[in-house]
Amino acid sequence: MAHPIGTRDLLIKGGRIIDPSQGLDTVGDVLLRNGVVEACGGALGTPDGAEVIDATGLIVAPGFIDVHVHLREPGREDVETVASGAHSAVAGGITAVCAMPNTKPVTDNQAVVGFVKRQGENAALARVYPYGAISVGQKGETLAEIAEMVSAGAVAFSDDGKPVESAQLMRTALEYARAFNVPIAEHCEDMTLARGGSMNEGIMSAKLGLKGIPAEAEEIYVIRDILLAKRTGGHIHLCHLSTKGSVELVRWGKERGINVTAEVCSHHISLTEDAVDGYNTNAKMNPPLRTAEDVEALQQGVADGTIDLLVTDHAPHHYDEKEREFADAPNGIVGLETSLGVNCTYLLHRGIITLPQLVDAMSCKQAKIFRLPGGTLARGSIADVTVFDPNRQWTCDPKQFKSKGRNTPYGGHTFTGQARYTVVGGRVVFTA
Amino acid sequence: MAGPLGKDLLGIAPLSADQIRLVLDTAVPFREISERAIKKVPTLRGATIVNLFFEASTRTRISFEFAEKRLSADTVNVAAAGSSVSKGETLVDTARNLEAMKIDMVVIRHSASGAARFLAERIESNVINAGDGTNEHPTQALLDMLTLRDRFGDLTGKRICIVGDVLHSRVARSNIWGLTKLGAEVAVCGPRSLLPNAIEAMGVTVFNRIEEAIEWADALNVLRLQLERMQAGYIPSLREYNRVFGVTGARLEKAPRDLVILHPGPMNRGVEIDSDVADGPHSVILDQVTNGVAVRMAVLYLLAGGKPELAEAAKKGNA
Repeated sequence: MAHPIGTRDLLIKGGRIIDPSQGLDTVGDVLLRNGVVEACGGALGTPDGAEVIDATGLIVAPGFIDVHVHLREPGREDVETVASGAHSAVAGGITAVCAMPNTKPVTDNQAVVGFVKRQGENAALARVYPYGAISVGQKGETLAEIAEMVSAGAVAFSDDGKPVESAQLMRTALEYARAFNVPIAEHCEDMTLARGGSMNEGIMSAKLGLKGIPAEAEEIYVIRDILLAKRTGGHIHLCHLSTKGSVELVRWGKERGINVTAEVCSHHISLTEDAVDGYNTNAKMNPPLRTAEDVEALQQGVADGTIDLLVTDHAPHHYDEKEREFADAPNGIVGLETSLGVNCTYLLHRGIITLPQLVDAMSCKQAKIFRLPGGTLARGSIADVTVFDPNRQWTCDPKQFKSKGRNTPYGGHTFTGQARYTVVGGRVVFTA
Repeated sequence: MAGPLGKDLLGIAPLSADQIRLVLDTAVPFREISERAIKKVPTLRGATIVNLFFEASTRTRISFEFAEKRLSADTVNVAAAGSSVSKGETLVDTARNLEAMKIDMVVIRHSASGAARFLAERIESNVINAGDGTNEHPTQALLDMLTLRDRFGDLTGKRICIVGDVLHSRVARSNIWGLTKLGAEVAVCGPRSLLPNAIEAMGVTVFNRIEEAIEWADALNVLRLQLERMQAGYIPSLREYNRVFGVTGARLEKAPRDLVILHPGPMNRGVEIDSDVADGPHSVILDQVTNGVAVRMAVLYLLAGGKPELAEAAKKGNA
């Protein structure tokens, strides 16, 4: 079964259409029909029987995509399912996600890839594109069956949650994946430096008496993988960058024409290690929150395009698992329902990026880099649209999340910028 | 029942200089109780205190227990091994169950930094941190400061150097917070691999050579060098550690003044400190142990809502 499509025409009327894939920034209408974009721009008539969204004063953008989420199914359906994660996504204005393969069992074969994909289609909310693992069992030893997983619907490969420690295995993966035109995504972390750490190594870790993770644990893998991409010609995608040094290294790689792309999480462009003070386990993630200098460099990296994508690393955990001693609590926070608000508040409204840049980083480039459908409102493309109000204020109340996870450091924060209509396949799947 | 220290004693970092002085001042009259033939006053009669030790401890646990008993509190000791903790019960469940038995205070030692605070935010009872991971060990720092004050009077401008594994030391952290609040100058000295690299941000000077530290300091607080640090590769060998950083009689002889020597114990004689120093005339190591009971009595008394000015009366058994 495929993702369902809208049975009626949908006219999104009078919004400001921002679609960097076509260089479009204009006030006009968008018409969706039979699951695809029928027309985009200008004043369109209302077809008989069409549903109409009045988008006056709102932004109409190609549907947002988040290539880095953890949906926990199969294995930890108590903390998230594909369906609850897809619901969370559309509540945040996100029409498609890529689900990381650190499930139980690991998504390292075509059967699990097919299962995750089907669960996404059954949920019929955001589109769910499975990641496959790079190595069997994410053990970092043997290359997983990448070709078969591609046939089953995997769109990219990663051992995320841990790094590929063997440089030889990473080299092989980059070479092997070239034939299938899929990115290899790396969780950059030198475990010999990072092991036992639970926050950024710096002033705050010295004060709190917590073992720190130095920036170099990430940066050593960033440059290693860039060099391996240079050697192999493969496409390395660097996950959740958190340090100034990483931004500089990616910039170095891109200047040399190396096939490297990069992403940053909304928490890393908005929060610093200070959020950990008081042993707040909802500020514990990997990579950890860093310093103000890092935050600024990451924001600049988004502004100048060194960092391509704004993602969440959405990582639901059970309340009991976070309600414990800091060093023993698991890493990660949920993010799908806060990312647009965070990105508008900390990047757009501070003048660091423009609206077209925001749409590019949350939609167009996600589709382009991961070779996904969407990311555009060009005629004939899939009818995934995010209609949002960059100026609408709202206060984060984790109890209202559609995700099963409540683990967020943003509870009580007020953001400016919110999704109003989330449209997938021409169907309105969320309204706020 | 929040006294002048608030509900809990979680660390030295949250205390003001006045609060620290208050504890030290209150400890002085309590010290005399332990000198008596009948070492008991009725101050905390009827109060129930649980000593919740998730980590092995001899000195600190016994010191707290004496302090509690000499104030006539009813005490229960819970060790992690053989308790429900070893059956997988969470920290917060353990504490809530104890609290359901109507207790007044919990003294907690735990291997996780922040564990005492975690507990304090979730239960009504007063919580005293008896050491949490590599974060703080406030009563140790208070007894160290009382011992230094016995020797120096005012600590303003006095130079205290903490020697050894500062990176993993809750004693070091609590001492740095406390001594700087009292106006002392604080330095650290040890292998760079055992100092946090952001240590200067805590307002301390760093000495790479023990000889320089000895020349500078009025007192050395010598930390225990744990064997595990060598096994984890932080230093090459205990032998080299002693040769480079060991506090020895020969090194102290070259000091421009008599140094007061503290050690929180237990000592590794021949590693971080030599016996001629530990047992020498300038060692106050056993005074620290004596002061430990008095400081803990003061903390218990103040957290229970005791009035500082009544400490003298409490000593007489009237409060």
